[in-house]
Amino acid sequence: MTVYVSLLGVLVGVPIGILVLITGTLGTAGRLFTKIYVSYFRGVPLLVQLLVLFNFLPWIKFDISATAAAVTALGLITAAYVSEILRGTLHSIPPGQSEAAAALGYGPRATWQYILLPQVIRLSIPALFNELTLLLKSSSLISVVGIAELTRVSQNIVATTFRPVEIYLVAAGIYIVMSQILLTAGRLLERHWARR
Amino acid sequence: MDLSIVVPYLGLLASGFGYTVFCWLAGALGAMALGLPIALLRMSPVRWLRIPAVLYIEAIRGTPLLLIAFLIYGGGPAFGLLLEPLPAGILALALHASAYFAEIYRVGFNAVPRGHVEAAASLGMSPVATFLRVQLPEALVAVTPSMVNALVVLSKETSILSIISVPDLTYEVQKMGIETFASFESLFALAIGYWALVSVISTLGAAFERRVTFHIHAARSQ
Repeated sequence: MTVYVSLLGVLVGVPIGILVLITGTLGTAGRLFTKIYVSYFRGVPLLVQLLVLFNFLPWIKFDISATAAAVTALGLITAAYVSEILRGTLHSIPPGQSEAAAALGYGPRATWQYILLPQVIRLSIPALFNELTLLLKSSSLISVVGIAELTRVSQNIVATTFRPVEIYLVAAGIYIVMSQILLTAGRLLERHWARR
Repeated sequence: MDLSIVVPYLGLLASGFGYTVFCWLAGALGAMALGLPIALLRMSPVRWLRIPAVLYIEAIRGTPLLLIAFLIYGGGPAFGLLLEPLPAGILALALHASAYFAEIYRVGFNAVPRGHVEAAASLGMSPVATFLRVQLPEALVAVTPSMVNALVVLSKETSILSIISVPDLTYEVQKMGIETFASFESLFALAIGYWALVSVISTLGAAFERRVTFHIHAARSQ
């Protein structure tokens, strides 16, 4: 469940993050939206955002499963961080490239699709994988709303066995192994693309 | 929308806010104090000092804060560490952040030019004096931006301690939401409150950063 929720969080978060980034380049209103979006999702603790979303959906009489709500919350937050990471990388791409693309008759959409995004995403891979490990650990917070992910399951086992130290240490070990795998994968991908 | 329901809770909210700030400051001080020796061990030329520090940093950075809090608060009694929620929470926060601070210190020490250390040695400064008067101050200035950033992150993470029943702002607001049947409104106000708190801390941090690194920018613009 931890893996499932984290992966879905990324799948939701990265595209939204890209959209948020592109919105930020579209005039004053777009810039303002991106600024507020990023500032809100980065300025409010994840736990509080989860609780807000879990109470907001029933409040507007919108009924989805707890897991879907958790994935939405994680995805929206990841999007904010992803768009900031990508924005940082975007600055490292010389503006001459966008100008050259415009001179060659590329529209804004084609410029993003063929020139900017492929480079930005590739250059951001290490930072994105770092963000992924943060997301993996953040997903422990959804145990609070009763989803049976790693942390919740270990709590339940503790409640029946009364062996907190052993169980929580094993859970911690699983988290550590998972984040090391992610970090190693990020490093390998980075090296793979650096070689080309 | 009836704001008068908040009035009886103002005292609790103020006390929750106090706990949040206290946990943040205490956790940050603990993490800064703990992070420095860990960073020094991590950079030690002796392998048997370096390896445990690396393992500590990787283990803590790979474990969610919530799990560390459970381990100390729930698992503590099993090895004779019987703590109230507040000290357990602060300890968890300090341990969690110490790994991040250790890495920040390490980056800072690496940023101190070798020549400065050699110059201090040639002026007859002892290794301790070199560390205290050259390496440490230079490293601290170099890492001020990352340090401010880590502190901002830490201020948000204090909300996790509400899960082990530290009566911080998140805990009190949740309680208020349940008792008044206005969960969403309370929590949304809480989110705005944290947003404001984090914005204030970030702004203060940025101002502090400009002040501390002023000489660097001044030198560069000449």
